[in-house]
Formats: sequence, C-alpha cells, structure tokens
Amino acid sequence: MQHDHQHGHDHGDGDGPTSSVPVGGWEVAEVLVLLALGVALVGYAVARRAAGTRRAWPARRTLCWSAGVLCAGAGLVGPVATAARTSFTAHMAAHLLVGMLAPLLLVLGAPVTLALRALPVTGARRLTRLLRTVPVRVATQPVVAGIMSAGGLWVLYTTGLYPLMHGSVLVHALVHAHVLVWGYAFTASLVGVDPDPHRSSVVVRSGVLVGFVAAHSVLARWLYAHPPAGVEAVDGRTGAQLMYYGGDVVDVLLIVLLLHGWYVSVRPRGALRSTLVPAAPNRPGPVRGDP
Amino acid sequence: MSRVDDTGPHLGRRTDLSGFLFGCGIAASVIDLFLFHLVLQWHHFYDLSTTRVALTADGFFHAVGWFITVWGLFLLADVRRRAEVGWARWAGAVVAGVGFFQLVDGVVSHKLLGIHQIRYGVDLLPYDVTWIGSAVLLMVVGLLVRHRAATTRSSS
Repeated sequence: MQHDHQHGHDHGDGDGPTSSVPVGGWEVAEVLVLLALGVALVGYAVARRAAGTRRAWPARRTLCWSAGVLCAGAGLVGPVATAARTSFTAHMAAHLLVGMLAPLLLVLGAPVTLALRALPVTGARRLTRLLRTVPVRVATQPVVAGIMSAGGLWVLYTTGLYPLMHGSVLVHALVHAHVLVWGYAFTASLVGVDPDPHRSSVVVRSGVLVGFVAAHSVLARWLYAHPPAGVEAVDGRTGAQLMYYGGDVVDVLLIVLLLHGWYVSVRPRGALRSTLVPAAPNRPGPVRGDP
Repeated sequence: MSRVDDTGPHLGRRTDLSGFLFGCGIAASVIDLFLFHLVLQWHHFYDLSTTRVALTADGFFHAVGWFITVWGLFLLADVRRRAEVGWARWAGAVVAGVGFFQLVDGVVSHKLLGIHQIRYGVDLLPYDVTWIGSAVLLMVVGLLVRHRAATTRSSS
C-alpha cells in the first residue's frame, strides 16, 4: 500500500542515479517534509523583507526560527530519522528534536509577530481575527495543549500505536505532525512571545508546566521498565533515560523562560527592561501601528 | 507571585523565600541527580519494584524541584534589583532549605512512601540515621545563621 511506485524526482532536479528507481511512501514523505521546511525558511525570510526596514527584525529571532526548522528537519529526515524506524533510542532523540526543542525554538522565532508586521493592514486584521477564534483560543490554552501533548505521548507509547507507526508512513506522519503541532501550541501557551490576548496567569502556566514535567518524567521511568511492543530491553532503557534527561534540559529551559516572563512583568518602575524576552508575555503586545 | 513594595520587611521575607526555595530545589534536583544518581550511583534510575503511586509522587518531586530552584533564583534577582541583598540571611535560608528537603525526603519518600532507599544491599539504619540527622543539623544551622543575619541587619 505504501509502495505505490511513485517517482520521487518529479519535483525538479532529477539527475540522481535513483531517478528511475521506484520509491516508496517514505521517500515521498521525506521530500514533502523537505519542501515544508524550505517553505518555512523562505517564508520567514520573505516576511522579514516585507516587514520593512523601519524597525530591524531582531537577528536572534531569525536565528531561533532557523535553528527550530533545522531541529525539526534533523528529527524528520536524515540519519536520525532513518535510524528511528528501528531503534527506540534514535526514535527518542528524534522525538526530543521534533516535539520539544524545535517547538521551543520556533516559538522564540515569533512567527505571528513577524507575519503581522509583514502583512498589509487588512491581512494583519484577518490574522488577528483568526487568532481570536474559539478553536485557536482553546488550542493555546495551557491545560488543553498540555493534555494533548503529554496525553499523546501516553497513547503513543502505552498502546499499539508505536509499532503501528513504523509500519505505515501515514500514521508515522500523523504522529510527528501531532507531536510538532501540539508541542508548538503548548510551548506558545507557556512562554510564547507572540501576542496572546488570552494568556493564562503565570500561576496557571506554572502549575501546568510542573504537571507536564512530572508526567514526562513518570512516562520516561515507566518506559524504562515497560518498553513499547517490539523494543528490546537495552534499547528501551537507553531511550527512556534519554527521554528523562533530555526532557529535563528542555523542561528547565521552559521553566527559566516562564519565570523570566514573570520577572520582567513585576519589574519596578524605572528599571531597565530586560532583553531576553522583549515583549512582556503577560500583555498582548503592540504589534503594528506604533510610531 | 504578587507585586511587592520595595520596603524592608517584604524584601527580607522575599530573601528568605528565595533562599528556602533554592535550597529545597537544589537538594531535590541537583544534589540528588549529580551526587546520588550519577556520582555514587546509590539510587537506581528506576527501582523496578516501585509502585505507581510512588513513581507519580517522585515525578512531582522532580518537577517541583526544578521549578523552585529556578524560581528561587529569579526571586533573588528580584530582591537584588530593588535593594542590597542580605547574603548571610539568604545563605542561611538556603542551608535551611536543603535541610528541610532532605528531612522530608528522608522521612516521607524513603520511609513512609518507600519511593526508593538511600542505598541498596546494605544495612539501612546507619544511612537513615546519618541522612535524617544531617538534615536536622542543616536546618538548625541554617535557621540560626538566617536569624542572626536578620536581627543584626534590622538593629543596625
């Protein structure tokens, strides 16, 4: 079913030695992922240009976005992704890249703020209206996003989904899309720098983050003893420890960013503004039209 | 996490809270992770007989440990940008925090919940006595240092 003899080089420069060899769904998926990553990079660069030169777009935002795209790419195509189909440890490395590190870096790239600056007024208004719709508001609510993100992992590793995902390119793609999208929504709901008119209080966000870190570490330890079907014990243990300690690194980064947002929001009058997170995350930022 | 005014008592209490949280946090995350998991390897990463309740409790300990470590440091930074930090007072609170966490860990998670033991394959009594005794000692020393620093500061 996956081997439907599509030719992966219909997309352009087809001069490789494999251009006449039939390729399966995995190769098609890889080409699609590469295209999406390319669109993400080029789109960001175009938006940066369109945003104009009145106020320079911070280089660190571009850096974060590009690094985020690269992280997602490293987890989805290439050696790690290929090894991830047979090795649980490599799968976990890919999962950390796609589900945790890439979302954090992409969120720090502030794509919505950039889009609002780049779009003409009517387009920006339309985007703002879209962000205020009920589905977006619900999806970027930390409790909802946290449950979707952590709950998705529980379903993946404690049901038959994990072996299924490595037999079907479609399930594989859906799982990764879920991990990336909800990872982004969750990260944005906690430490997003883009305008969020319905940002939860720092107490709620802290509680959700602590709950998420706890769930992540509990799942990692559970997997240490109970690897998913078809995973060898040693591989399962190495992967579980990678999930635990690697998850900790990103979790601590999230805690630092969240509390830094609090630190900036309670700064005394007259104190210098901190530069790590420029837009105070507790307020919807003034995005365009400022003098 | 509310706004504070910049007067002395508030900042003093915030210094205490910062030190206490940071002390508890490093005891929970850094000391436990580096000393007992990685260096001495006395604790196992996961004791296969651990119950689900204990596993969940440990997960929350772990998460809260990291959170309060970072929170304590941001509180310290907040005090520092408003006034001069009473370092002795803060240090006393840190030591008391370490002692408090070790005490809770030693009594609640090792003995009452049985999440894990200090070391495996040995007679536990001397370890438990040392653990809980040193925890109480740290708490007392920390509270004394904190108290002395707080009183000399306010009387001067």
